[in-house]
Amino acid sequence: MNAVLEFFKKPFLRKYTNYIVVALFTVIFAILSLTGGLKMGTQFLLEQIGIAVLLAVSLGMVVGFLGELSLGHAGFMCVGAYVGGKLSSLLVGAMGGNEDSIVALLLALLVGGLVAAVFGIIIGLPALRLRGDYLAIVTLAFGEIVRSVFMNMPERLFGGTTGLETPRFDRKYLFVFAFLLVLACLAVTQNLMRSKHGRAIVSIKDNEIAARATGIDVTKYKLFVFTISSFFAGIAGVLYSYSNVRLQSVNFDYNYSTEILVMVVLGGMGSINGSMIAAALITFLNVKLQTMLTGNLAVLQKLFYAIILILIVIYKNAPGLKGFREKYNLKALFDKLFKKKPVAEDMADGKEGDDAE
Amino acid sequence: MNFLSVLISGLGAGATYAIIAIGYTMVYGIAKMLNFAHGDIIMVGGYAMFVTLALVGHPVAAVAAAILAAVLVCVLMGVSVERFAYKPLRGASPLAVLITAIGVSYLLQSLAQIIFGSASKMLSGLQIAGHVMLGTLRINYVTLVTLAVTVVLMVALTLFIKYSKTGRAMVAVSEDRDAALLMGINTNAIIAITFAIGSALAAIAAYLMLAKGASLANTLGAMPGIKAFTAAVIGGIGSLPGAVLGGILLGVVESLSYSIPALAPFTDAVEFGILIVILLVKPAGLLGKARREKV
Repeated sequence: MNAVLEFFKKPFLRKYTNYIVVALFTVIFAILSLTGGLKMGTQFLLEQIGIAVLLAVSLGMVVGFLGELSLGHAGFMCVGAYVGGKLSSLLVGAMGGNEDSIVALLLALLVGGLVAAVFGIIIGLPALRLRGDYLAIVTLAFGEIVRSVFMNMPERLFGGTTGLETPRFDRKYLFVFAFLLVLACLAVTQNLMRSKHGRAIVSIKDNEIAARATGIDVTKYKLFVFTISSFFAGIAGVLYSYSNVRLQSVNFDYNYSTEILVMVVLGGMGSINGSMIAAALITFLNVKLQTMLTGNLAVLQKLFYAIILILIVIYKNAPGLKGFREKYNLKALFDKLFKKKPVAEDMADGKEGDDAE
Repeated sequence: MNFLSVLISGLGAGATYAIIAIGYTMVYGIAKMLNFAHGDIIMVGGYAMFVTLALVGHPVAAVAAAILAAVLVCVLMGVSVERFAYKPLRGASPLAVLITAIGVSYLLQSLAQIIFGSASKMLSGLQIAGHVMLGTLRINYVTLVTLAVTVVLMVALTLFIKYSKTGRAMVAVSEDRDAALLMGINTNAIIAITFAIGSALAAIAAYLMLAKGASLANTLGAMPGIKAFTAAVIGGIGSLPGAVLGGILLGVVESLSYSIPALAPFTDAVEFGILIVILLVKPAGLLGKARREKV
């Protein structure tokens, strides 16, 4: 065990630990799936985890690194899901009903992502020029618009209230694609944040006026991050359309956007790995609890999210809790448990803890 | 004539939005935060009325008691939310406060569902039925009541802010919190009072919504809250007349859009679309002042 830990401490590998872990998971589960060692339920769970990780990492770029609040992430996902789902069902129809066509899947992913990105530009352009709070309300409005428009479109186009029927990829392989896309998203996000552009983005979050004064084109960077984030939300949407038989726009409501936000906040804003772990954890709990908590008990889950959200944000940000935070945090606990000196954090893993000046 | 009746019902809906929007805009002006949980304070008021109606026997006394109880409960709720969730974050990044507010909104909604169940309730005791006819024009009593209440509240609030000591202190805090503190104004108390006023208005809005026949559920305030918020931004957030103008505008647009069959299903999209267009053309909102950020 120690040898493994030492191995990962090598500077070169430390940078890529998260890729290696995700890749290992992908390979192991792919082999298990091919040999028939995975149940249907597990495959479904893995798909959902892949989708949630994509959503959380992409929202984390906007919320954690850029410091803007987007409340319409599910809206971008909805655009991707409907556009990609419609395209894939047309393609599959044209190809004689082969639902497992990889060409159709890749095309749908590309188009769904691109259309979502275009919407990101359309929404971001007016909102990002303004003070921070406006993005929250405009994205919230966008999410509601998208939902109601898709629901009220003619039924032969997008299915209306009954929902749009989409092809379903073979469960055995779909999660592998989802995980590969997670790797791609990870590569884009992590490399971006470790580049000079990434530092420009973080500087905008820390102090917009100072960033502007040093010659950083604030609006351009904001729009750039927001567009990439929408692109990956769209891709997650296409995966979602492939994982479900029927798309219903009701599912992409404000609550869904909030759930993604909970993942980002729980993982620690500004931490890619944290978002991934939190997304996997929350999705796992969601899928497991869905069968256990029904009716009015389901609301307990919502209550739990609310409490997590409030407590974590107050703990992390309250100026009055600075001393408490420095004394009691995960890192200190970890160091105490393993009796070692604190190691400098990895760059892209972000700053642990406080933003309070 | 048909157009006129659509316009009047739009005014009624808009007046309710205006009352809610004032709560958003006042809190934004003074505490510089978007109080996402404001819509859910409306819902709390609704349940307060539900409980009072069940307790008080006499029909007229019950309505009066219900409104009073709702105002009290909402004020208490608004002030304690501010005290426990937002006050610890004073001085932290706006993003943190915004996320906490979303958490509070979630918390109130789920608590209401746990306590009262998810089935929606009709409060027929509060509803105002009947209408007057002006020629062929039909005006519901509830619309008249709503408009009257809104006008009275607007006048009272404007007078309060202009002439009372507390009101002037509120203006000072919204202009410059630190300078106000140096002048001996207790900014924490002013912020708490602002939340109290906003929450009391939310209680009134809850009454007006239920009087119109809305059914009570834990999501009673969610959509009207978001729309009133939109109205506040359209009118220019932080501006009191702006909130009223935005609210009325949104209500009229909503009513017009509902009356056109081809547009009716897309009403929500039309309303939020207006927000995006207005932000594009006039980023500070209709009556808002564009403010340069200073270092």
